[in-house]
Amino acid sequence: MADSSTKRVFSICAGCTVRCPIEVEVESGAVKHIWGNPHLLGGRYACARGAAQKATYSDSERVQHPMIRDGERGSGRWRKATWDEALDYVANKLKVIVEKYGGESVVLGDRGGPVTDLHKAFIKALGSPNYFNHHASCSSSVHNAHNAMAGQRRNTVAYDWKNCKYCILYARNIVESLATKEVKDFIDARENGMKVVYTDARWTYTAAKSDRFFMLRPGTDYAFNLALINVIVKEELYDKEFVNNWVLGMKELVAFIEPYTPEWAEKETGISAREIKEVAHDLAEAAPAVILNQGWMTARGEDDYYLRRSIYILDALLGAYEAKGGLLFNKNETHCGYKPLRKFAALPPKVDKKRFDGIGWKYKHLSADYGLGQMLPYAILNEDPYPVKAFICYRFDPLSAFPDPEAFKAGLMKLDLLVSVDINYSHTAWVSDVILPESMFLERTDPVIVKGGPKPALWLRRQAVEPRYDSRPKWWIIKQLAERMGIGQYFPYDTAEEMIAWQLQDMGLSLSDFDEKGYVALTKEPILFDRKQSLPFKTPSKKLELVSTMLEDNGIPSFPAYESPKSPPGGHYRLITGKVAVHTQGTSLNNIYLNELQPANKLWINKGEAEKLGLKAGDLVEVSNGDAVERGKLAVTEFIHPEVVYTLHGFGRQVPLQTRAYKKGMRDNTLMKGLLRVTIGGNCPIGDCFVKVRKASTDEKAKD
Amino acid sequence: MSNYYIYQDMKRCIGCQACEVHCKTKNDVQVGPTLCKIVGVGPRAGNGVPRINFVFMPCFHCEVPWCVSACPTGAMQKRPKDGIVFVEAAKCIGCKDCITACPWGAPQWDPTTGRAIKCDLCKDRLDEGLEPACVTGCTTAALKLISPGESTRLRREAFAKALVEKRFKF
Repeated sequence: MADSSTKRVFSICAGCTVRCPIEVEVESGAVKHIWGNPHLLGGRYACARGAAQKATYSDSERVQHPMIRDGERGSGRWRKATWDEALDYVANKLKVIVEKYGGESVVLGDRGGPVTDLHKAFIKALGSPNYFNHHASCSSSVHNAHNAMAGQRRNTVAYDWKNCKYCILYARNIVESLATKEVKDFIDARENGMKVVYTDARWTYTAAKSDRFFMLRPGTDYAFNLALINVIVKEELYDKEFVNNWVLGMKELVAFIEPYTPEWAEKETGISAREIKEVAHDLAEAAPAVILNQGWMTARGEDDYYLRRSIYILDALLGAYEAKGGLLFNKNETHCGYKPLRKFAALPPKVDKKRFDGIGWKYKHLSADYGLGQMLPYAILNEDPYPVKAFICYRFDPLSAFPDPEAFKAGLMKLDLLVSVDINYSHTAWVSDVILPESMFLERTDPVIVKGGPKPALWLRRQAVEPRYDSRPKWWIIKQLAERMGIGQYFPYDTAEEMIAWQLQDMGLSLSDFDEKGYVALTKEPILFDRKQSLPFKTPSKKLELVSTMLEDNGIPSFPAYESPKSPPGGHYRLITGKVAVHTQGTSLNNIYLNELQPANKLWINKGEAEKLGLKAGDLVEVSNGDAVERGKLAVTEFIHPEVVYTLHGFGRQVPLQTRAYKKGMRDNTLMKGLLRVTIGGNCPIGDCFVKVRKASTDEKAKD
Repeated sequence: MSNYYIYQDMKRCIGCQACEVHCKTKNDVQVGPTLCKIVGVGPRAGNGVPRINFVFMPCFHCEVPWCVSACPTGAMQKRPKDGIVFVEAAKCIGCKDCITACPWGAPQWDPTTGRAIKCDLCKDRLDEGLEPACVTGCTTAALKLISPGESTRLRREAFAKALVEKRFKF
């Protein structure tokens, strides 16, 4: 057995934003290994990004102590500060701003997810309605589509991969942009005979694992879906009982879908009418054990919202909701007979002010849960609807996540206060006034979170090792700032243990309940709602509204006519971006192990197009959109749509202190000029980026 | 005798390289050498969907290891009880004969120490009753530590299943 000085701590990974359950092996106070938590995963499975976090712990290139800028914003000149100094600096500036401009002049942004309760409590206690997360550059269109149709955000339902028989993945690269449990379940299901249909503008490892791969012009997957709906409706292949019980708006759907036949879609997509019919028939045969998967990064084109709606319409027609092998509602504490976990964000008084981003007054069909981060620079620059003077950027990097960082930065430069709490030197941290280093996940305990699903549980990120540098955990940083701002009463704890005791107070549970397995199961058996009687849709009608009240009330059509996605202008390509299994956006690029596996990105181009341009694999190319230019190496493949070029997101880091990642590869978002816009789904139209490609002149060096 | 074999189920492998990172963090391998490697071969166009194969390349722990014969100092050894081939670091003089001898590129050059290093199947873990780090951490449970005999049984069964599924529709 293991050495006696070895201990095992169950926790939650933060190597990416999936939050997989882990078991940390600690030897003599240092991290020995990061494994998956076998009690939750059935084995010690942990992906490359998770395992590699051992190196983050000892990395001298992360933020080691509080820093206050000692020069112009973005000059890269810093002075080391004590925590008292840095926190006083932030609090003193915040006080002046709140007094002069009101609490609403402070905005807090983060990446979202369940570990954000303290952030939300803090900004609310300051009297500001202005919380937003990264979703406008990611999955807002899905969230908002489900909100309009089902009355609930997308993550009120989970996918039952284990029992699924047939799935369609819409550019959901499940094998590379992976979550450990999900991809393991996916592979298990495939082994058990699940059929996989995958659509994308390029071949991926997911395509390689699929039974049918349709390489489509971006946006035409919507035409494919309309034809599937057409067949399913016309041939009456839908789940009549489910539709009668739960679906409103079939009449309007039938009328809308009339022209979108498989023959029509064949012309639009290049998929034969025969194959479209086959997929529709296969779906109907496998229903309701079908998953039509939305994916995560869905901030694609202008009309992405309607593709998302069509996916949920198919899920509904096939009766996949609350069906084994389909979409299962996430259950919570109350379904298991517990009182809910207490939330800090419930403590401060409700804030009754207009939001900075227009949600609730200009955009009534979009959810304040995610906000519209892309509006932040405009609100700052135009003082519209009111002055925004401070931005607290919590473990989040909008200058990497959102399109057009120059435009975003122009807003940030006008702030009176810009604070970043981070572990790494993000692009946003680098232009901040103060960087507060949060302890990395192995060094800190976070608030307890509820993990939904048919078998809800409480999960806990738990400190495994002492902080290596002068960093602090979230609960401490927020509490310290709150006390300085006179709102300390909303954070009724002095230690992590007290914080957790407060959260668990009504549930009759305690911290020691997490010791044995790292989580607390709230039920033994899976909980399933009655598919006939009690599905908890929260629309005004309590049904799945294909014609959405929320949309109609706001003058937005539920079924606008299909418009073919625009092709790139002559000499241009549509730039699409994506992920690989060894990196998580830009945050992992400086990790010593992951950097070794993939130090730079390349630009993928279709073979025929490369020939036309006189380019070959390995060439150094210049990718441009107006005055935004990036340089990188070319990869040539026949397995990418000719209208498209592709690169991995997050490269081309600009912070010199990250020596391994510094200026390696191309920075994709600088090319996305002018895309800080709000589409109908709330997302930036990140995929509507058109670039030129040419051979770079020979005196320029490659960035890898 | 060679008691162990790492079986890779290619249908389950997704090329995520978790095995490589688990190996590196467990064995404290510096940038450059890799004791195991996933080599992606593809995509290959054929009938239907382009496929890629991810080939897992650890050390095969040969019954007659040429690296051991080549080693002039006795640093490269075969463990008698289970056939694991490993390097005893203190005896390695960095001559690279093992690297020359191995047809599969298993012994690696460690530039930080100027010595050869290689996969020893995490023999310290095996001795504790555990599996090698690559197998334990594999994201999709595509890697299995089994005996060579067991591996041929699994391959036969997988082939037989595929054969029947392709030929017959029930």
